[in-house]
Amino acid sequence: MNMNHSRADPWIAEEEAMLEELASSISVYDSHRNNLIPMLQAIQKDHGYLSASAMEMVAGHLDISPSEVYGVASFYNQFRFHPPGKHRIKVCLGTACHVVGGDIILENFERKLGIKDGETTADREFSIERVACVGCCALAPVAVVDEVVEAHIAPSRVEGILFNFELERDQRDKEAQDSESAS
Amino acid sequence: MIQLTIDGTKIVAQPGKNLLQVCLENDVYVPHLCHMEGMEDPPASCRLCLVEIEGVNGTVASCRIAPRDGMVVTTQSQAVRQLQRSALQLLLSAHRVDCRNCASNKRCALQQMAKFLKVPLKVKHLDHLLDETDYQLNHPVLEYDPGKCVLCGKCIYVCTRQQAHPVLTFARRGFETVIGFMGSTPPSELPCLDCLACSAICPVSAIYPKKPEAASSHSPGPADQRLNGVGKQ
Repeated sequence: MNMNHSRADPWIAEEEAMLEELASSISVYDSHRNNLIPMLQAIQKDHGYLSASAMEMVAGHLDISPSEVYGVASFYNQFRFHPPGKHRIKVCLGTACHVVGGDIILENFERKLGIKDGETTADREFSIERVACVGCCALAPVAVVDEVVEAHIAPSRVEGILFNFELERDQRDKEAQDSESAS
Repeated sequence: MIQLTIDGTKIVAQPGKNLLQVCLENDVYVPHLCHMEGMEDPPASCRLCLVEIEGVNGTVASCRIAPRDGMVVTTQSQAVRQLQRSALQLLLSAHRVDCRNCASNKRCALQQMAKFLKVPLKVKHLDHLLDETDYQLNHPVLEYDPGKCVLCGKCIYVCTRQQAHPVLTFARRGFETVIGFMGSTPPSELPCLDCLACSAICPVSAIYPKKPEAASSHSPGPADQRLNGVGKQ
């Protein structure tokens, strides 16, 4: 996981607001280390992910080192360290998908978007997750893109899926422009 | 005083030490990697310090055994050696073997054990699995090489012993486990520059202080020198 948040981030204000909210919401917990996981779960439930500064805040509250918080959080699959993207791509790597090359599909998404699984693109449009079985093994290899099940997905289909989103976005932009110039 | 027999030799041991320590103190070398003197709760994670004890089924990690009166211990049976070789080969198969360019060359724990167990450093019959190399510790003072790290946990142990708020920890899980660090504390407020116990204890030079730009590439810093004393235990 890349914990480096230093890239030019238009969401700094959002994170600041989140931290402000956190400061009050974590104060209800006793500062006992037993509360570490419940606190992390609550933060993720409210904000969708654990930012580095959120984890440091938890560490400060429990009087443990930030490293320790990160060690615990990174152990569990349930925690994510990047905000979920607008479009969430879940690539199945369950047994059936694994056997028919689900990892190639994952790799293709990762290469096309320039991020690793568990990460989010800088514009927060896409995030990639790997999941273990979505329950439709007969359709393997499978990816779930924004609740849409992409069945028997071929590596070349990856580009198509992302291209469709691009078209959609272009159209939206165009419409917005048109309505702007019309008014 | 406890009387026990190790490899046919009668030995008198003081209570309070584990079997591995008793062996080492009596010049019976038992390969080991994760154990350190003074550990109250040895992790027994390297699976190298195996021995056989009469009356006990199979092999046991000697670092977790308290010597008992009349214990009969074998440290060099075929079964023990075979398991130790496998354990070492598995470690080597996930280790970037690049001894010539390694600061630990010639005092490396893996080299020593490979020599002792007669295991070649390049493991041929196992896939060579390297941890992803783009992992960054992101620590202001320390550099970390996951490809070399054997996850013995000694750096974390010394860090936890010396710092109220340990700087290092295990992060992630399974094969992706690495030594982790997180925090935005400015380097001047971190204890690391004055401590460096982790890099001193690392048996394979996987964690080491960042070089100041000007320093020459092969100057063993104070940390390296301390390693000589530590390596002997």
